[in-house]
Amino acid sequence: MANTSALEVRNAVKVYGVKPNDVIALNDVSISVENNEFFTLLGPSGCGKTTLLRMIAGFETITQGSIRLFGENIENLPANKRPVNTVFQQYALFPHMTVLQNAAFGLTMLGKSDKEANSVAGRMLEMVQLGGFADRKPGQLSGGQQQRVALARALAPSPKLLLLDEPLSALDLKLRHSMRVELKQIQEEMGITFIFVTHDQEEALTMSDRMAVMSNGELQQIGTGKEIYEQPGNRFVADFIGETNLLSATVESVKGSHATCVIGNNTRLECVVSDAIEAGSSAHISIRPERISLAKSTVSSAGQDTLTGVVSRYVYLGTDTQCKLLLDDGTKINCRVQNAHGSTTDLAVGERASIHIDQGAARLLVN
Amino acid sequence: MANTTTDVRRYPGFLAFTILCLVLLYTPMIIVTIYSFNDSPSITKWGGFSWRWYQDVFFGIEAAKFKTAAWNSLSIATMAGISATVIATSAAIGMIRGNSFKGKSLSFGLINLPLMVPEIVSAVATLIFFSAIGITRGYFSILIAHMVFCIPFAYLPIAARLEGIEKSYEEAAIDLYATRWKAFTKVLMPLLAPGIISGFLLAFIISLDDFIITNFVKGAGVETLPTAIFGSVKQGIKPNIMALSTLMLLVSVFFVSLSYYVSKLGERSR
Repeated sequence: MANTSALEVRNAVKVYGVKPNDVIALNDVSISVENNEFFTLLGPSGCGKTTLLRMIAGFETITQGSIRLFGENIENLPANKRPVNTVFQQYALFPHMTVLQNAAFGLTMLGKSDKEANSVAGRMLEMVQLGGFADRKPGQLSGGQQQRVALARALAPSPKLLLLDEPLSALDLKLRHSMRVELKQIQEEMGITFIFVTHDQEEALTMSDRMAVMSNGELQQIGTGKEIYEQPGNRFVADFIGETNLLSATVESVKGSHATCVIGNNTRLECVVSDAIEAGSSAHISIRPERISLAKSTVSSAGQDTLTGVVSRYVYLGTDTQCKLLLDDGTKINCRVQNAHGSTTDLAVGERASIHIDQGAARLLVN
Repeated sequence: MANTTTDVRRYPGFLAFTILCLVLLYTPMIIVTIYSFNDSPSITKWGGFSWRWYQDVFFGIEAAKFKTAAWNSLSIATMAGISATVIATSAAIGMIRGNSFKGKSLSFGLINLPLMVPEIVSAVATLIFFSAIGITRGYFSILIAHMVFCIPFAYLPIAARLEGIEKSYEEAAIDLYATRWKAFTKVLMPLLAPGIISGFLLAFIISLDDFIITNFVKGAGVETLPTAIFGSVKQGIKPNIMALSTLMLLVSVFFVSLSYYVSKLGERSR
């Protein structure tokens, strides 16, 4: 193959324990990560993302399946033979060594001379703006600085793949935000493939080129942030990434990638379908709150395909306002309106409203 | 917090009980220490301050016997302490870092068994075992016995320290291309050092102070300090024994404090 992926995990299975008390941590997960990509494994805790990362690093054995790094199988190599480095969640900096010794550790273990190891480590520390801290002990640094040392230490041996296990979760909010930008910059400058594990969807959306959403040890969807947000493949993804309104619906007719569905009190809705589905079956419709707009309900607008309801509550959120609506059939719907427009607030709580859904914003989820 | 109603210091009789305990624990030692400086050869009548019994320990009739016994005690304690520490360190790593295996709690029980079995039982068992396999009793048999019963004392501080060290340090080392051995020597050992040192000191002091097992497995003519003292006492208590006991007390206090200090120091550096 001329164009091999940086990392290719095929049908990875991880089972802990023995039957009948076994726990399946990963169930047939396949991902492929391109060279120089910032790839994120996203999911709630216990979804298997850390297991997958530790498997790539070599800390966990693989029960079934294969892992290829630039075309070479590595699943049977011990962790210290894999050209892959990890930034640990709690950094795991060696407390008895100086910052420079920490950063040089990998190169020293690879048999490089002290001089060479220290000069590369020094350069890495410069890159993460800690050049002046080389002789300190990790315990004398702040959390953010320790995080940078961990990054420098993992990058110093020039790994083919850098694994990051929720590295930002221990930092405070402001620092977390600036580290996101910095991490992405470093990744682009170094040209190293990053695999980043997080449960924070915002983190995933801001940094990743592509991401894999996982749940219960299974892969849910792979795609760019935009694809995942705008075209969620199933209910879990739609619900986990961002906010959404999920309405149960019955499919009336299917035409290509579009379907006409009936929801609630016999209102028809045009939807984009996620997977093949037959007319007559039931499924869920996902509509993002910001793609719904409100208008005063008048007799003329209350046609067959308009959903109407009563405004039940406003929540002011700064940049936008969340509006909670109780539809006539009892379904609750959230919508969000940017405060720049100021269009919703002319409806009072308790007033009747009709809602309008943007073209293509209603997505029918089969699973 | 010291003023809350649940503070144990507010229980009735707390002070009296505390004083009673302290008196019972320490009066004998204090009396021995005081009378070691007694000028009179009587062990009950005070005859003024003097260093004569200390001189007697080092230069008196029994000096040669005590010297050999002290040397035996110290050399055995050092060797037994070191071996027990090495074994206890391996055991701790196996028990805590290893995956769970069948009989793990049984192994834990076995390691710590000497702490729970009455010492006289261990002593008799060791004696019978040595005669059964035909080991001549003497310096060597004492050494072997000490190595064995010192293991749990070395194990406890080492295991406690190891349990507090995150596994991710070793993982980070191995991730950064260290072999298992390098990860152990470069990363785990330095982090574990305070536990190892205090484990060694504890084992050392336990070996130094042991009487019962030693008395059973030692051959005729080989004495450690405790058995030598016991031998002297059998012919009547002379004040030089008090001087020798005071010296041993000092050594024990020194090593126990050192062990405590080292583990405190380790906690801070964590």
